[in-house]
Amino acid sequence: MSARTLPLLFLNLGGEMLYILDQRLRAQSIPGDKARKDEWTDVDRKRVMNDIITTMFNKKFMEELFKPQELYSKKALRTVYDRLAHASIMRLNQASMDKLYDLMTMAFKYQVLLCPRPKDILLVTFNHLDAIKDFIRDAPGILNQVDETFRQLTETYSCLSAGEFQLIRQTLLIFFQDMHIRVSIFLKDKVQNSNGRFVLPISGPVPWGTEVPGLIRMFNHNGDEVKRTEFTTGGNYVLPQREGSFDLYGDRVLKLGTNMYSVSRPVETHMSGSSKNLASHAKENIVPNPLAKEELNFLARLLGGLEIQKPGGSETGFRLNLFTTDEEEENAALTRPEELSYKVINIEATQEPGRRAELSRIMGELEVAEPRPGSAGKGEELLALMDGL
Amino acid sequence: MAAATSGMYRKEKSIQLKSSSAALYNNLSVLPLPGRQLTCFSTVHGPSLSMVTADGLGFSHRQLQAKEGGMTVSTSLLTQAAWCVLPSRVLLVLTSQKGIQMYESDGSIMVYWHALDVTEHPPAQAVFARGIAAAGGRFICVGTSSGLVLVFDIPPKGTNIMVSEVLERHCDAITDIAAELGQAPDGAGDLVTADDAGTLCVWSTGEEFALLSKIPAFGCTCSSVKLWNGIVAAGYGNGQIRLYEATTGLLRAEVNAHARWIYALDLAPQTGKLLSGAEDSFVHVWKLSRNLDTDDVEVEHCHGECVTDTQVCGARFCDPEGNSFAVTGYDLSEIFRYGRT
Repeated sequence: MSARTLPLLFLNLGGEMLYILDQRLRAQSIPGDKARKDEWTDVDRKRVMNDIITTMFNKKFMEELFKPQELYSKKALRTVYDRLAHASIMRLNQASMDKLYDLMTMAFKYQVLLCPRPKDILLVTFNHLDAIKDFIRDAPGILNQVDETFRQLTETYSCLSAGEFQLIRQTLLIFFQDMHIRVSIFLKDKVQNSNGRFVLPISGPVPWGTEVPGLIRMFNHNGDEVKRTEFTTGGNYVLPQREGSFDLYGDRVLKLGTNMYSVSRPVETHMSGSSKNLASHAKENIVPNPLAKEELNFLARLLGGLEIQKPGGSETGFRLNLFTTDEEEENAALTRPEELSYKVINIEATQEPGRRAELSRIMGELEVAEPRPGSAGKGEELLALMDGL
Repeated sequence: MAAATSGMYRKEKSIQLKSSSAALYNNLSVLPLPGRQLTCFSTVHGPSLSMVTADGLGFSHRQLQAKEGGMTVSTSLLTQAAWCVLPSRVLLVLTSQKGIQMYESDGSIMVYWHALDVTEHPPAQAVFARGIAAAGGRFICVGTSSGLVLVFDIPPKGTNIMVSEVLERHCDAITDIAAELGQAPDGAGDLVTADDAGTLCVWSTGEEFALLSKIPAFGCTCSSVKLWNGIVAAGYGNGQIRLYEATTGLLRAEVNAHARWIYALDLAPQTGKLLSGAEDSFVHVWKLSRNLDTDDVEVEHCHGECVTDTQVCGARFCDPEGNSFAVTGYDLSEIFRYGRT
């Protein structure tokens, strides 16, 4: 419904994706001198993170994203993230990509649901951006792109009313409706029940601008307070200490949107007994929106044009597995319930052979991963390439 | 988790829905049909309406895919559905991103379709209709996202429905509309409209509607509103319920009712019971009354119910005395029911 929802959806889901990838890459990384050719090193990890972040905050892509438009379907958006995840030397199988998308969406659903005020979705977004800036703190060129997006967010959203933010939130909740995939880190932290529904606390600080429930005041014709009574509820609320900052830098106060993964905590999902209510999924398949597919082509093409291929490298060697073993990943692909299949639309980014050669040539000239001031220049080269699309 | 109740109501058998309820304001409508010993319930999700009829023995379900112009299947989202009870007929009104549809009360036949004029909205703004109420024994009023209130003149039967007036006193998207449910004091209006900014307008209905008073916003959205015996009850985004004098717009009571955004209010006209539901998982029942000596408005808390892990998006009394009520929430494929003990 709200035409300003897509940037928030994209950036927050993207942020969650980066948290998960970072955690998995760290968990699977081997010290550089001990690594075999097909194993991840710290240098590879930083390279992947930088590549994905550069692609995500690409200027032209951001411009397109911020245009007022209706939300994409879950399927269509998934294809965009498919492209984004493959913006570097990393490869993900379908099963791992499915799991990644499940985790991303459930995490952001949780954040949207628990936001104290609808406007706090912006603080959640800023939390993600703050963390992203930390991932690329050694690469000032990309930092600029992220700050630019920050400015664009402020420009677009700071003047919206609470009612308009609530409409954005309602639009997001429609997008996430009926998703109840169980995530083990949520189950362990007791923020999700075993039936896949999130725990909604009835204690803690009330949103900024809300009073603690309990007081009734009555006034006479002159506006004087003539009676005051109190009532009790089952809740246990307190006033918040301060409001989060909406500036470029500042204490956001809100913890939603910060990185909840660490190397030691596995990221698992449970397929069995999840989403029983399939009505909305089925309906999505019945009425495809041709317009969304058009726009999807455009966005996916934008991202596809930025794809960097490792020259001559074997694809399987740089595969990231979101499961613990290859067997588990294979098994997940075979046993994924039909109703939860994203039915990924395969769109061939139209790249002529000449372009692939050009990309390989450029890749061949670049050194492996030490961040240099010149990395801004690399972005411009790719943009120039894209303009030629 | 223990439910917080004061023992006045207890939970009864739930009604299962075929699809879950969307997180939209006032997303539950109830049509009691005591003569036929039936009660009908409806909530919206996506482009469809979930309707359930309960007759004490069992339930029958109906899914209504909102059609536009009777031809193509809609890809437009519904924002609200409500039964409008007029002296001669009951219509089921659906509002969506495309416009307004009116059906016979069982959803079987569409009697009227009104498309929203997209051009009267600025390009980046959302377009939708929202806020539905029967008024003046003759009209159905529906709000739009540009702040307009469309007044439809409804004939006793047939499809000859026309827009009789367009009210242009709101600058923000309409959230809710309510007609006087009791007896309006002399000179008091019989219709109240509310918007996203929190502004309330009180009107008198008729051949020509007249604006009687405007209650200014105080910085919070008013998502739900009710009018009873000249008292406006308004639910806000900061969790407050405020009661105003409809004639003067004067604030008479302020209740710090909920810890989150209020999504639904309902009123039982025979007793003055007020029901509120919010994102904080709570549903509360209040009692409104007038002190006959001082003419002051009084409100007391009667009952609180925690709908565990649910953001309530719809709450309605199922009878005019408020002896029973129904509640639904976001992502919930159920309607919870409660009755007096």
